[in-house]
Amino acid sequence: MKYIDEYRSSDTVGQYLSLIDRISTRPWTIMEVCGGQTHAIVKYQLQKLLPDHIRLVHGPGCPVCVTSLELIDRAISIASLPQVIFCSFGDMLRVPGSQTDLLRVKAQGADVRILYSPMEALKIAKENPGREVVFLGVGFETTAPAIAMTIDLAKREKIGNISVLISHFLVPPAMEAVMSSPRCVVQGFLAAGHVCTIMGYDEYLPICKQYQVPIVVTGFEPLDIVEGLYLCVKQLEEGRVEVENQYARSVKKEGNTQALRMMRSVFEIVDRKWRGIGVISHSGLGLKEEYREFDAESRFQVEHVTTKESAECISAEIMQGFKKPCDCPMFGRQCTPERPLGAPMVSTEGACSAYYLYEGARS
Amino acid sequence: MSDQGEFSVTCPILHQQEEKILMSHGSGGKHTSDLIEKVFLPAFGTSSETLHDGAFLHIDQSDLVFTTDSYVVQPLFFPGGSIGDLAVFGTVNDLAMCGARPLYLSCGFILEEGFDIDRLRQVVARMKDAAALAQVKLVTGDTKVIERARGDGMYINTSGVGVVERAGINPQSIQSDDLILLSGDIGRHGIAVMSEREGLTFETSIESDVGELYSSVRALFDEGIDVHCMRDLTRGGLATALVELSAARGLAMEIDESAVPVDAVVRGACEFLGLDPFYVACEGRMIAFVSSNDGEQALSVLEGLGSNPRIIGHVSGQSGPMVSSKTFLGTRRILDRLVGDQLPRIC
Repeated sequence: MKYIDEYRSSDTVGQYLSLIDRISTRPWTIMEVCGGQTHAIVKYQLQKLLPDHIRLVHGPGCPVCVTSLELIDRAISIASLPQVIFCSFGDMLRVPGSQTDLLRVKAQGADVRILYSPMEALKIAKENPGREVVFLGVGFETTAPAIAMTIDLAKREKIGNISVLISHFLVPPAMEAVMSSPRCVVQGFLAAGHVCTIMGYDEYLPICKQYQVPIVVTGFEPLDIVEGLYLCVKQLEEGRVEVENQYARSVKKEGNTQALRMMRSVFEIVDRKWRGIGVISHSGLGLKEEYREFDAESRFQVEHVTTKESAECISAEIMQGFKKPCDCPMFGRQCTPERPLGAPMVSTEGACSAYYLYEGARS
Repeated sequence: MSDQGEFSVTCPILHQQEEKILMSHGSGGKHTSDLIEKVFLPAFGTSSETLHDGAFLHIDQSDLVFTTDSYVVQPLFFPGGSIGDLAVFGTVNDLAMCGARPLYLSCGFILEEGFDIDRLRQVVARMKDAAALAQVKLVTGDTKVIERARGDGMYINTSGVGVVERAGINPQSIQSDDLILLSGDIGRHGIAVMSEREGLTFETSIESDVGELYSSVRALFDEGIDVHCMRDLTRGGLATALVELSAARGLAMEIDESAVPVDAVVRGACEFLGLDPFYVACEGRMIAFVSSNDGEQALSVLEGLGSNPRIIGHVSGQSGPMVSSKTFLGTRRILDRLVGDQLPRIC
């Protein structure tokens, strides 16, 4: 299949693997930022094909995983209200809150619907003027433009019965949080290709410079990943520190300017709590004053709950690259995708879940 | 670890609350197995080792197979088929997978008040054609009507009886070194129904693979192929069928991903939706475990019927349930049961 098979060719992947083998002279630790990349690395077991001294650690780039427990509890409370039609992307529904999850409240009678695009929520709101439609707006910079467009349209068309529960994250501040840890082990980054498709990659230049860390904007297919790794290892070996773009077929330096304009007109940058890591300043998006009437949190006044994460979960260590899923004594035993103890086991793109899925609990 | 420590991590409140049926309890994955093992088997007293697509009954020197299935698909008509085709072929296939010749079906209709009788006629006409093709007779039936808004138009249950043509076709007969034969490309049915339901359009439309499998089974038997076990790929797709059989037999299985045919449109749809085609439903495909000497001949038998069969792997000598899949890079990944339904991803 065009645009897929070219990037899953064993010959070309093999050529890059040999190049990495040839040019690498010492150990390097590289973090792939995005959960989609982690998923591909573990699915194709790429780590096993790399030289032993090239170590991959898995970053915090799974939006489902890093959404705070408090937000999920709030989503569940709102979804349980009888007047609400609660809409979400599919993979948020299984994420456990403190006591239940959205699939279970659906089974108890809540009107919870899986949508492929937030624009569908607008249609549902128009068709159901007597109900309140709430969209769970979770994601990184990738999903933000579509949600911004939905809210902007709702405002312009004066559709009053729609609101969004926003938990949007920004990737660069999380990379800075990883680099600024005194225990940081990361020497190079594969940056998230889809995030850069929207944002471009200018904002990575200061991180690259300040922390003296090579950053390669990388795609999600096996060939993308090995090429990204090759470019990163080459920089490290040559002592260069640059932002490079492996994913040029999708990413432009300036990003998608139209999408950015829409995002910036609706959202402002706020502090955001990352599950498993904590609050990172300026790492999220919230609605601007003029769009705040569409904020589900203020519209429904749900009681603020404080939640506690499992003390045994080592997700912060995993998402910052200090440990691997199989280093956790709970992995595959007390902690499984069915009963996750923490963030990276929650969605298939979380590192622990990907290991569990493709390597089995026996790993 | 101390008891106290164990308690604190394995006892979140989820365990304590009243359990409800979730959609995933009907998806053929882990939740369905839980329901069978924790609710049905203890009550009905059947052993899980005898679980198969149908029940084997020995009555007055006759070996019969008896099976039942219910059909709740939405929409009722989809590219390539309808609930009527599914209701006949699904039950016929369950009988065929037990090595039986399907003979008679019952048919129970649950209809919603206000349902269009013309539409019912269309479904019934599809059932008539399907039954003729599969050479089975619909011999008894029942109709119930439920109040408007309490159903989804129509549901159908069919039960079927067949006579065993070859004994010993079951998971316990799977041998080390058996070859795993797949009868055709996978994932068409799931994608056809999903795209119709969600209004997704692709460059070319994809038709469901719904169809009968008895003629394939019969052809394998007629040619004397040493078939040990068969399973039709329905909910949960190829991966779930392999994982279930590996668990039932206690032998590891290895497949080669590149040998599994997936139509380009199905692949594209799966890439687009974030689904793994190995877990997408089929309704007219099966895997057969055949003796390693008979692989090539089995392939040519199925090719002769116009399908696109492949040898996708084998049963390894290792004991213990485990299905692994060789990627295009030669690495191996594990295939496991899905915990719930496959859900489209955010990004």
